[in-house]
Amino acid sequence: MGALANQLPIGLSIAAVLLLIALGLTFTFGQMGVINMAHGEFIMAGAYTAYLLQGLTSQSFLIALPVAFAVAGAMGLLLEWALIRRFYGRPLDTLLLTWGVSLVLQQLARDLFGAPNVQVTAPGWLVGGVDVLGVRLPHNRVFIIALAVLCVVGVWLYLTRLPAGRRMRAVVQNRELAAYSGIATGRVDRFTFLLGSGLAGVAGVALTLVGPVGPSLGTFYIVDAFLVVVAGGLGQLRGAVLAAVALGFLNGYLEFWTDASLAKVLVFVAIVAFLQVRPQGMFVVKGRALV
Amino acid sequence: MTLGRVSLVVCVVLLAVAPLALSPFRLGLLAKYLCFAIVAVGIALAWGQGGMLTLGQGVFFGLGGYAMAMYLKLEEAGSAGLPDFMVWSGVEELPALWEPFGNPVFALAAVVLVPGLVAFLLGLLVFRQRVRGAYFAILSQALAAAFVILLVGQQGLTGGTNGMTNFTRFFGLDLSDPNGQRAVYAITALVLGLTFLVAKLLVRSRFGRLLVAVRDGEDRVRFLGYDPAVVKTITFTVSAVMAGLAGALFVPVVGIISPALLGIVPSLELLVGVAVGGRFVLAGAIAGAIAVNYAKTVFSEDFAEGWLYLQGGLFVLVLVFAPKGLAGVVESARLRWGRKPAEVVA
Repeated sequence: MGALANQLPIGLSIAAVLLLIALGLTFTFGQMGVINMAHGEFIMAGAYTAYLLQGLTSQSFLIALPVAFAVAGAMGLLLEWALIRRFYGRPLDTLLLTWGVSLVLQQLARDLFGAPNVQVTAPGWLVGGVDVLGVRLPHNRVFIIALAVLCVVGVWLYLTRLPAGRRMRAVVQNRELAAYSGIATGRVDRFTFLLGSGLAGVAGVALTLVGPVGPSLGTFYIVDAFLVVVAGGLGQLRGAVLAAVALGFLNGYLEFWTDASLAKVLVFVAIVAFLQVRPQGMFVVKGRALV
Repeated sequence: MTLGRVSLVVCVVLLAVAPLALSPFRLGLLAKYLCFAIVAVGIALAWGQGGMLTLGQGVFFGLGGYAMAMYLKLEEAGSAGLPDFMVWSGVEELPALWEPFGNPVFALAAVVLVPGLVAFLLGLLVFRQRVRGAYFAILSQALAAAFVILLVGQQGLTGGTNGMTNFTRFFGLDLSDPNGQRAVYAITALVLGLTFLVAKLLVRSRFGRLLVAVRDGEDRVRFLGYDPAVVKTITFTVSAVMAGLAGALFVPVVGIISPALLGIVPSLELLVGVAVGGRFVLAGAIAGAIAVNYAKTVFSEDFAEGWLYLQGGLFVLVLVFAPKGLAGVVESARLRWGRKPAEVVA
């Protein structure tokens, strides 16, 4: 029982990282139909940002969070502006295109930082943990969970309270109607991309707390993050949250009970089974389009 | 004779004289490219004609390859022995899964049936629920990821990360002998020819036209009374069988099958050639697969890091400037400069 409960913060923190990554994907996918395989490299960029900043000041880890957001966001913006906006309406091609970009970015990281993994030293206040009711809560895991909660609340406030967020929801629900109503959809797209890529950068910083940083860091998470998007439903905040938590726990506990190699297969089977019941994921934007 | 016929004849002649002109090493490389070309035909069917972007073709390639490798390993070990990697990882008794693969007929059937069955089941479950487009692409990619992790994890059954290697004989052919290698090359070239023929017939048939219709307007096809799920499932299965055949031939040609050849990245690499050559034209896909893999060999020999830049850049360039690939470029060049069909000019 103890071991099972100790798995809880681990499962939740995996879910938290998946969620941070999937948020950007679900909005770029849901809003623009873009499948961004280079999203994983934005995670990597965020992680390397933390690596470069460490040791500069005493609070460099906290500084790394907004800086990584800016770095990854800028990369996303550049990608959208230079390539992706030429590809709207060709979702499958964006997948291949961004994969090509991701190959180049990975190799670039290998040339800049070297192929071996590097380590980011966590700040002192994130080392160790506390025992609550017999459950070990490592500080770093709690921090990741808190960070994800903060980001989700931020995105939620943005979507529901700010005019810019309302415009974004409008474009997700019906792009043409939004355009006719005077919304500059191109600008909304660019901003969504910036936001999503930035969150991936933040996720990258969070990942430095639980493992080493390497050029292929992003590839470990990108597939799971896409599964979150598929299971949660496109462009849906609550879907992404629920699916990330479900997938995080499913991964964590299945690995605990069976072995890691079977867990992935079982997760895949579970998702295909889930799609039999809800082919479009947990939540769907209601519309009159044929499905 | 049309341009297409001429180039077909030229290609057949080139493939036929290759064993005489090339050193055994280069011939082996060519045979490897031909294996990838077989996969490319399947991808061109599923993706180009059917609009199903399959990012998990490595899975079917691997299933075919492992089925063949299991037979070859058992054949080598003899009736009592165990395959070498099992001895190394401390397995003492032949696992039940391996038993039937000692039979060549069973193994050959498995090469076709196992990938076909997996693709059929996945296709049926997914397409029936109208899960399509990008969703399907992501699912097929997740399948590739899970498959590789499974192969690595089941060390005693599959040889783990190292996979299986050191094959000496292939149905009585000595794989270290140049003549044996030539025979394996000939078989591969023959299978490629047959695959091309089957795909060509399929594309030209009523079914092929239905497939293109499903790609371009799935809902309309449904309203006309057809079931798009069936059309897509059959095509996906055929393309998986082709990948399985290629995997099975890859084992004697290259002499290894391992998870590193089958994961997410190799599965995507299989697409690069098809995209470069032209996904809508079968011959273009074949040419693209051979050319890209040849380029990979050349660049990996000289500077390995450059290849990743080049591959990524090539992909981006092709998608931006020539989404229909080289075949599309040839096509539009022919339209612009070639003999124009008698057209009524308004």
